[in-house]
Amino acid sequence: MSGRKIGEVILDLQNISLRFGGVKALTNISFDVREHEVRAIIGPNGAGKSSMLNVINGVYHPQEGRINFRGEERRKMEPHMAAMQGIARTFQNIALFKGMTVLDNVMTGRITKMKANFLEQAIRIGRAGREEVEHRKKVEEVIDFLEIQHIRKTPVGRLPYGLQKRVELARALAAEPSMLLLDEPMAGMNVEEKQDMCRFILDVNDQFGTTIVLIEHDMGVVMDISDRVVVLDYGKKIGDGTPDEVRNNQEVIAAYLGVAH
Amino acid sequence: MFYREAGQFKTTYLADQQIFPITQDRIGVLLILAVAFVAVPMLFNEYWIKAILIPFLIFSLAALGLNILTGYAGQLSLGSAAFMAVGAFASYNFMLRVDGMPILIAFVCGGLSAAVVGIAFGLPSLRIKGFYLAVATLAAQFFIVWALTKFGWFSNYSSSGVITAQEMQIFGYKFVTAESKYLLVLSIVVLLALAAKNMVRSSIGRAWMAVRDMDVAAEVIGIRIMHTKLLAFAVSSFYCGVAGALYAYAYIGTVEPEGFNLDLSFKILFMIIIGGVGSIVGAFLGAAFIVLLPIALDVMVQEWLHGIFPPSISSNLQLVVFGGLIIFFLIVEPHGLARLWQIGKQKLRLWPFPH
Ligand SMILES: Nc1ncnc2c1ncn2[C@@H]1O[C@H](COP(=O)(O)OP(=O)(O)OP(=O)(O)O)[C@@H](O)[C@H]1O
Ligand SMILES: [Mg+2]
Repeated sequence: MSGRKIGEVILDLQNISLRFGGVKALTNISFDVREHEVRAIIGPNGAGKSSMLNVINGVYHPQEGRINFRGEERRKMEPHMAAMQGIARTFQNIALFKGMTVLDNVMTGRITKMKANFLEQAIRIGRAGREEVEHRKKVEEVIDFLEIQHIRKTPVGRLPYGLQKRVELARALAAEPSMLLLDEPMAGMNVEEKQDMCRFILDVNDQFGTTIVLIEHDMGVVMDISDRVVVLDYGKKIGDGTPDEVRNNQEVIAAYLGVAH
Repeated sequence: MFYREAGQFKTTYLADQQIFPITQDRIGVLLILAVAFVAVPMLFNEYWIKAILIPFLIFSLAALGLNILTGYAGQLSLGSAAFMAVGAFASYNFMLRVDGMPILIAFVCGGLSAAVVGIAFGLPSLRIKGFYLAVATLAAQFFIVWALTKFGWFSNYSSSGVITAQEMQIFGYKFVTAESKYLLVLSIVVLLALAAKNMVRSSIGRAWMAVRDMDVAAEVIGIRIMHTKLLAFAVSSFYCGVAGALYAYAYIGTVEPEGFNLDLSFKILFMIIIGGVGSIVGAFLGAAFIVLLPIALDVMVQEWLHGIFPPSISSNLQLVVFGGLIIFFLIVEPHGLARLWQIGKQKLRLWPFPH
């Protein structure tokens, strides 16, 4: 890791419980995320990892628990509010806008920053045209950063899986988030694609100081790039600490690493 | 003349974001406008203008409205005709009840009334999708036509809800001739089409498409789903409402609520399926197709098949051909004529070299 400095706790989750009818997806989970760190969430299938991300950005509302983001106690919050506060994410199953080009997908990522009103857009006067140009510049930077210039005008539905994942990251980055939630960004990729993705994630963290919360199944990757790891199993937290601490935690080995290796 | 992008490098984002980025497209659009505004009124006789071109333009506008809602925002609607009815009846009442109401303002008010009604009937879209939403808009279709018939106030207590459009007049100029009405309709349709094109290439259009393609992701990005969907209903209904007002004022003159029945809603839906879902050009192509097809079939039956089939068969033949085409487009080319048009352009771009 380079010179970036890990800061204060910016996201603090206390005793989170989430149920779907009788299914307990999360039970009494507490953990925190520090500014600028790469925080990994690991665990076997169905452990509640995706649910955890969904709680963080307001897609799911936990029945119990408290969430504190940047010093503010959060009440019930809708996902678009999380976006406004600078939380962006990618999905486990690619959730791109299939009918739109790469460029439009990434432009959509900047929607919270565009201020022109409806009439200005319809007539293309005032801010509307200016904004399109300004934001296009920023979007092109992201496109350059992720090396997807060549597919800029391709409808995303036609792209191979690995590139779609990258476009999804681009869309999230276009929002210039302060916190980025990544749900298995490397799933289904070959070794080379994984390496690229790792490099991009570390670069984002490094260059923009973006805090990253990452779900990943590949233990090698997790151990390599994360600062701290939280381990879930059957909706419960069974481990939390640096990669080394987690690796040597008996409960974790039994529940997870033992099965995976 | 070659249709090429070659040599037209975009050196600024502004150039790349023009409304028609390819020079030939720009020329093409200007040419079409010139023909529509100058040549058509000189070349076509009154029958063509009155019975074919004016309804073509009006239906294009309605189809454009539906395409914003269904094609761009992904919300299926079977109530387009009802929103046209709201536009027609509201414009009529504004003209009737407000002294010195300018006709264009009455059209805008008609459109806005339709937008308000559209928002009300769009509320179920916040909870339900697809087929179920279509059923909810079907309810709008029946309810609106029923209400306009049932409550005499809307038609100023005329028998069976019929209204007769007042004379159109702008700054003392009376729109009586077919040409003048055509030019008025054309101007309105062109302006609204340009506005639609601007919307769909701005952030509001991207928000519509995002909600259409993946609503959870859209919300997570920061799009307010409710606001976005209801805006689509409002804009769509506004377009249908203005189309309805023009239908009454510039096309048939005397309308009753029943004239805006489910059949008409389906016709508009067919226009966007055939023309191209999610395409501005598609709305025009689809409307042209559906307005012209019955005429072409009539001619065919009378000229070529005369004696083989009785003339009464032509209307049934229409249904058969419609049905066949809808199935064809749904299965083979879901993007409709607009897509075929694009493929044609793509080929032209490479012509005369096959690859
Ligand atoms: N929307 C939902 N409705 C009902 N049950 C749900 C929902 N979302 C998640 N669950 C349940 O919650 C539990 C945790 O699911 P989650 O998707 O969070 O696991 P995960 O750790 O991400 O698993 P995977 O590694 O397979 O992605 C599972 O039992 C799942 O079936
Ligand atoms: Mg998951």
